[in-house]
Amino acid sequence: MKRKALAIFMCTAMAAGIMTGCGSSASTTPSEAPAASEAPAASEAASSEAPAASEAASTEAASTEAAAEAGESAADEVAKNDGEVLNIGFAQVGAESDWRTACTDSVKSAFSAENGYNLIFNDAQQKQENQIKAIRDFISQDVDYIILDPVTETGWDQPLQEAADAGIPVIVVDRMVDVSDSSLYTAWIGSDFELEGKKACAYLKAYLDAKGFTDTVNIVDIQGTIGASAQIGRTAAFDAAAKENGWNVVSQQTGEFTQAKGQEVMESILKQSDDVNVVYCENDNEAFGARDAIEAAGKKVGTDIANGDIIIMSFDATNAGLTDTLDGSILVNTECNPLYGPVLTQYVQKLKAGETLDHDSYIAESQFSADDTVTSVNVDGTDYAVTLLTQDVLNARAY
Amino acid sequence: MNKKGFSLKGLTKKRLFMPIACLIVVLLINLVKTPDFFNISINNGVLYGYIIDVINRGSELAILAIGMTLVASSSGGTDISVGAIAAVAAAVITNILSGGTDSVNEFHAPLLLAILAGLLVAVLCGMWNGFLVASLKIQPMVATLILYTAGRGIAQLITRGQITYIRVDAYKVIGSQFGKNPVPAPIYVAVLMIVIATLFLKYTAFGLYVQTVGINAKAARLVGLNPVKIQFLCYMICGLMAGIAGVIYSSRIYSCDANNIGLNVEMDAILAVALGGNSLAGGKFSLPGSLIGAYTIQALTTSLYAMGVSSDQLPVYKAIVVVVIVSLQSPELYKMLKHRKANSEKKNLIKEAVQS
Repeated sequence: MKRKALAIFMCTAMAAGIMTGCGSSASTTPSEAPAASEAPAASEAASSEAPAASEAASTEAASTEAAAEAGESAADEVAKNDGEVLNIGFAQVGAESDWRTACTDSVKSAFSAENGYNLIFNDAQQKQENQIKAIRDFISQDVDYIILDPVTETGWDQPLQEAADAGIPVIVVDRMVDVSDSSLYTAWIGSDFELEGKKACAYLKAYLDAKGFTDTVNIVDIQGTIGASAQIGRTAAFDAAAKENGWNVVSQQTGEFTQAKGQEVMESILKQSDDVNVVYCENDNEAFGARDAIEAAGKKVGTDIANGDIIIMSFDATNAGLTDTLDGSILVNTECNPLYGPVLTQYVQKLKAGETLDHDSYIAESQFSADDTVTSVNVDGTDYAVTLLTQDVLNARAY
Repeated sequence: MNKKGFSLKGLTKKRLFMPIACLIVVLLINLVKTPDFFNISINNGVLYGYIIDVINRGSELAILAIGMTLVASSSGGTDISVGAIAAVAAAVITNILSGGTDSVNEFHAPLLLAILAGLLVAVLCGMWNGFLVASLKIQPMVATLILYTAGRGIAQLITRGQITYIRVDAYKVIGSQFGKNPVPAPIYVAVLMIVIATLFLKYTAFGLYVQTVGINAKAARLVGLNPVKIQFLCYMICGLMAGIAGVIYSSRIYSCDANNIGLNVEMDAILAVALGGNSLAGGKFSLPGSLIGAYTIQALTTSLYAMGVSSDQLPVYKAIVVVVIVSLQSPELYKMLKHRKANSEKKNLIKEAVQS
């Protein structure tokens, strides 16, 4: 009797498991509903922002790679779809940061129903198996294009092969995939972290030159989580620039991309050496921590390096980061652009028109400073404009 | 140890001798490597120096160690959810203060109310753990594993996956300093908690009850104690301590970063209890031991920073030191050494006998 009851219980449990299992995949569609109600607001924001943004883009040297690639259309213009509605499957990593949320919102608002797309969104909650399942779902739903922001780099051969067999082009965004045959995906677009680092270093050099600062530059590098691609690129650029410009690297430690660690590490570094005058933080959160530590040590954060201010440089250009950039406590903030939506619509339209895409390319990213000393930086022979940050620019940002 | 002579022998037998000795050794290494480690100055109106860093940054860990000691003693297990509970408490507080937005420059609700709500949620989490362990008799690690995994998810849910910033000076007080007082505020909070806990254990029979339950719950029941109630209370206190630590963590960064607040701190808290010479199998405990353990861990972290060890390599050095400290405190090690010594003496005797 007992055994029977147990068996019945197990059966119901399993059935429930299956139901919830289906539920989670099916719930991607219902979960669209609240998102859709959000979408008008988001697209409103996007459209109100569009003129300002395209203005910024036109002042920004048209030499940024993605813009050059896009040819006549600006990099941040949404390419609308005429004719039959295109089904797009988007496998997103999750919603672990505001950067990621901004990325998701950008893609959702670009591939909106008004623009002639039907976006099937899947949130993998940081799990690769969810993404693989999502891709298989997309294939069985016979979507026209798949967009994949992979959780991990490896393990994609099989699912991408399945997509290729089904004849569905896959566009990989943000993070890379590591597959034996790179023709398994149609294109990759993401951030060039090393270029970000180079731009930041070039800015510092240009700024110091413009200010006529000739003393030793005692610089600290608060690195990101060791091994993260953002850390690798930004640190590599830093190392090269420090060597080239003869900057004295006081310390190079990881702040693990968090404010608490950034603060703790900076606190310790300041006790070891008294003459730090530049801090290169590899993301905004570390910059906040570094600033607090510097202020707690009785030093001043600012832009006036000649009079003892400590300069903070940062990356990512999140809203909070730019707020601090605006008041001058962060001298320069180099963007890590999450707004993949517009460029992806252009990609899709190009593929629809039968054009071929560059296999690997980088998204256009800008640089912000509230100080107008340096208006453009030169990296490897290319000029990149620095956007002068004002409250209006900040308000117009989508995230 | 034998070289120290007879006068020290009594001292070395004391329960707290090893934990204190370890702390002193960790600090002494600094005297060689970083001579200015012990310099304390007043900088910008705050006490400034590595030692202050140790005491300041060790505050959260010390507070967590209080709760963890009680849990380890009463249930013979550990609460691995304290870091997650700290994150949940921080998430509740920042979310109430921000009124549901990501960044605010003024409070949307009274600060005290928000903190009380955060602590209440932390206590509820502790009660949940207590219910699972004490009433349902689930193994402590398994029971607290639930909140260990789910806690951060709950915190993410509350903060909607965002880092919520409270850019109000009043919110930064607990993590920085009270007005113009030169001693960092977290130290006061930690000292307050330690004093309350010590008085509570000294002037009530609670500490004795906890140990009794930890040594033998059945026997405790036979003498009229209610083991369920006592274990439940211990987990509740542990939850409250995690909440208080969460307040400090959050106030330091005036925000709630649900992914990172109190990350891996549960392991440090357990380690603090172990370094303090307490048995994780339950029973007798020494609160001062755990506290010394907590500050030893922080002293180690700060020392390694001072030596310029990158924080990603820190766990390696930490592990080495911990292995040494824990094995120095192991009675089995001494037994083994004694055994070997006795054996070699025996061999020598035999040799001598053979030679003569």
